[in-house]
Amino acid sequence: MSALSTDGAQSSEQLEDLESFRERARSWLKANLQPATREEMRWGRFGDSEEAELAAVARDREIQRMLFDAGLAGVCFPRAYGGQGLSPAHQRVLNEELVGYEYPARLQVPTLSPCAAVLLEFGTEEQKLRHIPAILRGEELWMQFLSEPSGGSDVAGALTTAVRDGEQWILNGSKVWTTGAWWSDWGLCLARTNWDVPKHRGLSVFMLPIHQAGVEVHRIEMLNGSREFCQEFMTDVIVPDSDRVGEVDDGWTVGTRWMFHERMMYSSPYVSVPEGTSHGGMDARAVLAIAREDGRMGDPSVRDLVGEARMLDVVSDELLKRVTESIRSGRMSDQAAAIGRLFKGTAASRISTLAFEVAGSAGAAWSEDGASSETAVNFLMRQAASIAGGTVEMARNVISERVLGMPRERTQDRDVPFRDVPRSRPPGT
Amino acid sequence: MLLAVSSDQEFFRETTERFLVEQAPPNEVRRLRGDSSGFDADYWRRGAELGWTSLLVSEDHGGGTISGAGLVDLSMVAYEFGRHASPGPLLPTNVVAGALSARDAQTEVLAGLLAGTEVAAWCAPELAPALGAWAPTVDIRHDGAELVVHGAARPVESAGQAGHLLVTARDGDGLTQVLLPTSASGLSIEPLRTADLTRRFAAVTFDDVRVSKDAVVGVSREASTDVELQFHRALAILNAEAVGAMQAAFDMTVEWSFDRYAFGRPLASYQALKHRFADMLTWVEASHAIGDAACLATQEGSPDAAELASAAKAFIGQYGAEVLQDCVQMHGGIGVTFEHDLHLFLRRFTVNRALAGTPAEHRQRIGAILNGREAAA
Repeated sequence: MSALSTDGAQSSEQLEDLESFRERARSWLKANLQPATREEMRWGRFGDSEEAELAAVARDREIQRMLFDAGLAGVCFPRAYGGQGLSPAHQRVLNEELVGYEYPARLQVPTLSPCAAVLLEFGTEEQKLRHIPAILRGEELWMQFLSEPSGGSDVAGALTTAVRDGEQWILNGSKVWTTGAWWSDWGLCLARTNWDVPKHRGLSVFMLPIHQAGVEVHRIEMLNGSREFCQEFMTDVIVPDSDRVGEVDDGWTVGTRWMFHERMMYSSPYVSVPEGTSHGGMDARAVLAIAREDGRMGDPSVRDLVGEARMLDVVSDELLKRVTESIRSGRMSDQAAAIGRLFKGTAASRISTLAFEVAGSAGAAWSEDGASSETAVNFLMRQAASIAGGTVEMARNVISERVLGMPRERTQDRDVPFRDVPRSRPPGT
Repeated sequence: MLLAVSSDQEFFRETTERFLVEQAPPNEVRRLRGDSSGFDADYWRRGAELGWTSLLVSEDHGGGTISGAGLVDLSMVAYEFGRHASPGPLLPTNVVAGALSARDAQTEVLAGLLAGTEVAAWCAPELAPALGAWAPTVDIRHDGAELVVHGAARPVESAGQAGHLLVTARDGDGLTQVLLPTSASGLSIEPLRTADLTRRFAAVTFDDVRVSKDAVVGVSREASTDVELQFHRALAILNAEAVGAMQAAFDMTVEWSFDRYAFGRPLASYQALKHRFADMLTWVEASHAIGDAACLATQEGSPDAAELASAAKAFIGQYGAEVLQDCVQMHGGIGVTFEHDLHLFLRRFTVNRALAGTPAEHRQRIGAILNGREAAA
């Protein structure tokens, strides 16, 4: 959390005290934002029309601008870049006060974190001044051009290639699992700049506008009907060298911190999300609604299942607080964010199962609008929570190797030029 | 277990830890398995001098806290008790002392508990998760100026070592608590067997035990709030001990995984095992987090104290068992020998898991709480 301690916060004597910040946030939110139910705050639900989705994006940008004008945007970003220069404790206060209101959900992850967080750490002064205030005003939505079709967990094995041509770079390749790239503005892109050195030493990071000739955005239909994820095909995309983030071939230094911010997800101090928001998937309330709809809470075995879901929600919240605080205080390295990631993923999978269990035969066939209506499809999507944002297997590697210090896995891609590393056969060959 | 502790709290924790390491090392714990009371009287009296029994007692009654949050301070002692599988009637004595102090009752008994010269036990009602309430196994009826106590309670920790019992009983449609001397006529105490080496449990039978109304702690038929607080305090102590036992077993097993070689490699180098260690660390950290949160909520009287207390007991009971048993599995055969220390922690954890409501019962209680909240909304 070096960015926070060095230049992210005002020095302690100038900090607005928490209670006056809370009062200020509370009265502004009450006067300016619409109330919203938990259900309305979940986004990316399948079935929403394209028009509805674009309208929601426009509203998110509008709310972000209002927050910016009210001095409530970018709580932990330095004032020099349009932020408030306050502390993670202030961000938590804002998150508590946001409960029950609409908020700019699409601007948080990945725009503010990891993308803006990475810019803050590694961007040049010029890059930061150009983009962070624009992000905080809701003018720029960012996506991660990180994963590739050739490999999910092995992020450093990126095949997307950037070739230098004077003061610019020419990018070719494909990125995938970008959420909502079709309505976003900028991509933060990890690309290979050197094939003749070992894989971690030949990467660089670039930023590029998504909507330009040479970037083709395809929407991917998931098995639940969602079309929020995209794949991009980049053909001879020109990026000026001034849009490179970090040093040439040193992209993995950026990438390591990038993935730390990614693992922090909604517990990042850079994002504003109402406390207790469920991020896709189901929570105990959804499980309870299914049980209540069928009048089954009198059944001890159903009460047990609902109680287990609630237990996991509650423990998950407390664990994330503990891990965040442990990283902040230096008790644990920032790699410990993987602990939260692992727990969240496995707990979400379990809660999907609990809901499916409680739904009984409504898990096989259901009416349109009942509490059970998404249960079966959520169960089909159960593992997404253990895949998206880094698989739980990768989290387990990080925890055992980086937190507990156990020996690294043996790999075939160390100390050999990346071009000689064995790779998957391209599809269709 | 706590992340943010003051220097006074840290000094207190260290003092307790040093005392436990010196006075009750693993071999002393093993020796005490044959001891009828399970702890040495002088050891307990010296522990009381360190403050082990004063933390839930007001200063007016001779108690006092380290940080102002007595239950949080006590959870640090309980955590060290778990980490060293230490002997002594920590839970029953503290719960009873806290109850007497809160109701300004039986101050001469309280003085003995504070000094560590006397032990008390709590005959608690059973948890009835279906009702979100209590199912007392003891009844009280009023007979003129006297109360008549009838029924049975088990398992009651330290009843056989106690001078007094705090008894929670059904009294009409309310709960009444009385403090009885264990010498009372009609009261019998039958020792039970247990998996822990140093803790002692008994079945207590009340065959129309007659006491004066002076024995009532608090207000007749209006003890349910007191009982809930006692119960949540007991859970905080059980959970902190359980987390201490988990942490000790986990640390020991991580060390073992680096030292133990198989097929020319340390166990810690096998991904199949590394991933299990990652799960275990996650569950240990989660147990710390929920245990601390529940303890603090009880300390502060938060509206969500019941839910957090049950979430902690349910989670730690369920996942702690996985951690401890997997620690045994990682050790192989040596992990189930009496000679190895691992079972001391497994024992402490296992007994705590089964006391004051199983994970399934607490999950049901959480379900009932959530449902009640939803119905009220």
